[in-house]
Amino acid sequence: MSAPDLLRYVLRLGDTSLILGQRLGEWVGHAPALEEDLGLGNLALDFIGQARLLLSYAGELEGRGRDEDALAFLRDAPEFSNLTLAEQPNGDFGRTIVRQWLIDAWQLEVYEALQASTDTRLAAIAAKALKETRYHYRFSCGWLVRLGDGTQESHGRVQESIDALWPFTHELFAADEVEDRLAALGVAPRLDLLEPRWSARVSAALHEATLTRPSKVHFPWHGKRGVHTEHLGHMLGEMQHLQRTYPGAQW
Amino acid sequence: MNSPASPDQDWPLFEVFIRSRAGLEHKHVGSLHAADARMAVEHARDVYTRRQEGVSIWVVRSSDITASDPAEADALFEPARDKVYRHPTFYAIPDEVKNL
Repeated sequence: MSAPDLLRYVLRLGDTSLILGQRLGEWVGHAPALEEDLGLGNLALDFIGQARLLLSYAGELEGRGRDEDALAFLRDAPEFSNLTLAEQPNGDFGRTIVRQWLIDAWQLEVYEALQASTDTRLAAIAAKALKETRYHYRFSCGWLVRLGDGTQESHGRVQESIDALWPFTHELFAADEVEDRLAALGVAPRLDLLEPRWSARVSAALHEATLTRPSKVHFPWHGKRGVHTEHLGHMLGEMQHLQRTYPGAQW
Repeated sequence: MNSPASPDQDWPLFEVFIRSRAGLEHKHVGSLHAADARMAVEHARDVYTRRQEGVSIWVVRSSDITASDPAEADALFEPARDKVYRHPTFYAIPDEVKNL
């Protein structure tokens, strides 16, 4: 197997967790209730934990002496390969929930399948992350239904967020040559096989939440290939500020 | 089924009970706000079990708890004060018995 493929794939997973974790961390001190503040903070820490495992592995695969911190704090936006959906701004609480729920549903399928990966390290990380993801989905889907089937205002706001974020879901299952090659080797799951399960789960939740599923869009964002929306650069500016200003600073 | 809180109304208060390990009883650990019981369990998980404090959670609406009246404390508890023979302090407890 060509190591670069595996490296790129692990970076995609790790960056998605890192960027989403950082976004969730932005809520700390700002959530609508103390209890949700802690809840979102817990989620953020789960994702940062996943990112640490995956980026450490990526650093070893790369073999250039970069550790998890170097990969997180010293790369520029085009070198990040997270899903474009993960970097989208928090917006209101409902927008954050919709983004979370869409990615949770995706991670449920991906981690579930990755447990059977021929790469044992990846399989072990997936098994650990899957337990966290099951709770994440319970949390985000619970809120989706609550807000969708809530007041007229909450329903309207959440529907608007779904319509706004839906175009970014195309990327979740649009495999490229890296993922195709890894799928052939049994390292990564075949995304075309996961999509129907994700789609059914998402449709059922939307129905329960009395929300409308937008029509299919062919709108291939390429976050996982390093092509990002403007939002990632701004976010990295804040996230990386300390390490860039004081290289090697320790907590 | 609890009625959902309207936006201009605070979430109701829930009391939280955590079982720290299998075999032990649930203990009251505090309270929190949530829109309904399901959310209260999730909040309790996030607020009170972050450091592996528990293996089981109970929540109950604070308003569903009936409490004794502090003004009646004398009548309720005073009569037990001079009945030391009710305490099991006359037995030696074996070292093997934990959590008594």
